Amino acid sequence: MSYDVVVIGAGPAGMAAAVQLAKLGISVCVVDEQPAPGGQIWRGVERNATSPVFKALGEDYQKGSSATAAFHAAGIDYQPAAQVWQIEDGWKVFLTAEGKSRCITAKAILLANGAQERPVPFAGWTLPGVMTVGAAQILLKSGGMLPEGDVWIAGAGPLPLLYATQLLELGGKVAGYIDTSQKPSLKALSHLPAAWRDFPGLMKGLRWIWKLRRSGKLVRNTRNLRATGDGQLRQIEWESNGKTRKRDVGVLLVHEGVVPRIHETMALGCDHDWNDQQKYFAPRVDQWGETSRKGIFVAGDAGGIGGWKVATVSGEIAGLGIARFLNIGIDAEKLRREAALDDGRKRAMALRPLLDALYTPPQTPIADDVVVCRCEEVTAGRIREAARASAPDVGAVKAATRCGMGPCQGRQCGYSVQALVAEVNNLPVGDVRFFNIRPPLKPVTLGEIATLQDVEA
Amino acid sequence: MFRSVMAGLKEQADMTVYVNGVETPAWDGETVASILLRVPNVGRQTPVSGETRLPYCQMGVCFECLAVVDGVPSVQGCLMPLKDGMRIERQRGRREVGQ
Ligand SMILES: Cc1cc2nc3c(=O)[nH]c(=O)nc-3n(C[C@H](O)[C@@H](O)[C@H](O)COP(=O)(O)OP(=O)(O)OC[C@H]3O[C@@H](n4cnc5c(N)ncnc54)[C@H](O)[C@@H]3O)c2cc1C
Ligand code: FES
Repeated sequence: MSYDVVVIGAGPAGMAAAVQLAKLGISVCVVDEQPAPGGQIWRGVERNATSPVFKALGEDYQKGSSATAAFHAAGIDYQPAAQVWQIEDGWKVFLTAEGKSRCITAKAILLANGAQERPVPFAGWTLPGVMTVGAAQILLKSGGMLPEGDVWIAGAGPLPLLYATQLLELGGKVAGYIDTSQKPSLKALSHLPAAWRDFPGLMKGLRWIWKLRRSGKLVRNTRNLRATGDGQLRQIEWESNGKTRKRDVGVLLVHEGVVPRIHETMALGCDHDWNDQQKYFAPRVDQWGETSRKGIFVAGDAGGIGGWKVATVSGEIAGLGIARFLNIGIDAEKLRREAALDDGRKRAMALRPLLDALYTPPQTPIADDVVVCRCEEVTAGRIREAARASAPDVGAVKAATRCGMGPCQGRQCGYSVQALVAEVNNLPVGDVRFFNIRPPLKPVTLGEIATLQDVEA
Repeated sequence: MFRSVMAGLKEQADMTVYVNGVETPAWDGETVASILLRVPNVGRQTPVSGETRLPYCQMGVCFECLAVVDGVPSVQGCLMPLKDGMRIERQRGRREVGQ
């Protein structure tokens, strides 16, 4: 199959871009590994419309209904439940759906593949019973699943607060909430005036915190969180005011913010910049969302964390940018001005500087006995040892320890290994590069490759 | 560890799946990964130390949800919606590319 554009990701950014492109008469195919459109924020929004969880998921979630309706109405070719595992020059997109592989060609690609939660290793994070807040929220959105037993949340950022509210709304219980955020710095507070442009957004956050305080389950100023148990989570412990506290726990949900999914743009060799405040790499894009590689565009959280409203506007902008790139004789600048997209983006970004300054990633060094690479079970100690014995390069550590060689390909350990190599060599983290990412982006079986049909030109 | 809000609301489950051979009721919207969290002894065993893991991210980036589904090993459970009659078994050891 051949299209003008392949969009990877049917979240807010990918859907907005595809609708924009279709409106301009450009042929577009949207590919997503989820079974239905909506992305992370609006996961399962169509199926949930008639479910008791719909109301509890809140207003922002419900807004997904109109976005997915507009997406379907635009007559766009949509390939759900399909994983993209390679993108080759030309552009050829290789994907697997239902155990069979295919290749789609396009003149331009939009990567609207979103974000993932930032993995933060700590003692016991591999124990069954420990998972991310985002994972628990996905379970809620996809099967109406609620955690049982003594549920603890440990983390920082808007997502744990939102999830706790959704859970309580549905009659779920939270036994305790460990707020791992640092005290608001003066720098964070200096962003308050800009944040007031997003008054409802700010009020929502305050309401979450207030509800939580009132419940009396908020724990602050903690250090050295550990999860313990023999093959199954049983307890958590932490230090606070010089004392060690312990609690029996059934489920521990953790969250330390989200970072862009960069494996696709890294494998394509796009230039990336280091965001030192939020400690992540993001592809460098121009004002239309085009990366350093001509014809490869990025929109939404994949290009830097902004949230769903920014993702939507950036999708519309990238749609126009791609139309401009394809030279179909439209005045993209004029359309951009008329739709006031830059104003919209500015408004949607208003709260972000405050959030980014309030919720900075944890900087505590990882203890030597903590597993960093979940796939190959490599500890921080072994990574430090390998880093001391080699040049300041994550590739050398990978070769020496196998960390990053498992099926997740460094999606869980990448930033931790980078930070450890920087620590050992006394370098700023941003001066150490990320793992070298090579296709396939997901493990592909020979059986899947054997089903690959001839590539159409 | 998890239960469905539907379990208390609907009289009947939406479908039946077989987990390690045992009939298990399941709900629309669930994935293989949510079954791994509800039913004991299906979490994957790591190829290195053999310890048991359960789904961590639910969004395709940790590979802790690998399972044998309808006889096919190394299926990423969180990306696989349940279907009536599906058979789910524990994944042991390394995912072999080429299987
Ligand atoms: C787990 C999680 C939960 C979140 N929950 C919320 C929330 O409740 N409220 C909120 O305001 N924000 C939430 N966010 C933040 C989120 O990033 C939103 O801001 C918003 O969803 C971003 O939109 P997007 O279009 O950029 O990306 P996304 O919505 O993330 O969409 C990206 C899409 O790309 C698909 N994809 C990625 N890689 C591939 C591939 N290789 N092949 C095929 N498809 C692929 C994914 O399946 C996904 O559907 C959440 C983030 C995460 C990681
Ligand atoms: S639970 Fe992480 S990849 Fe499936």
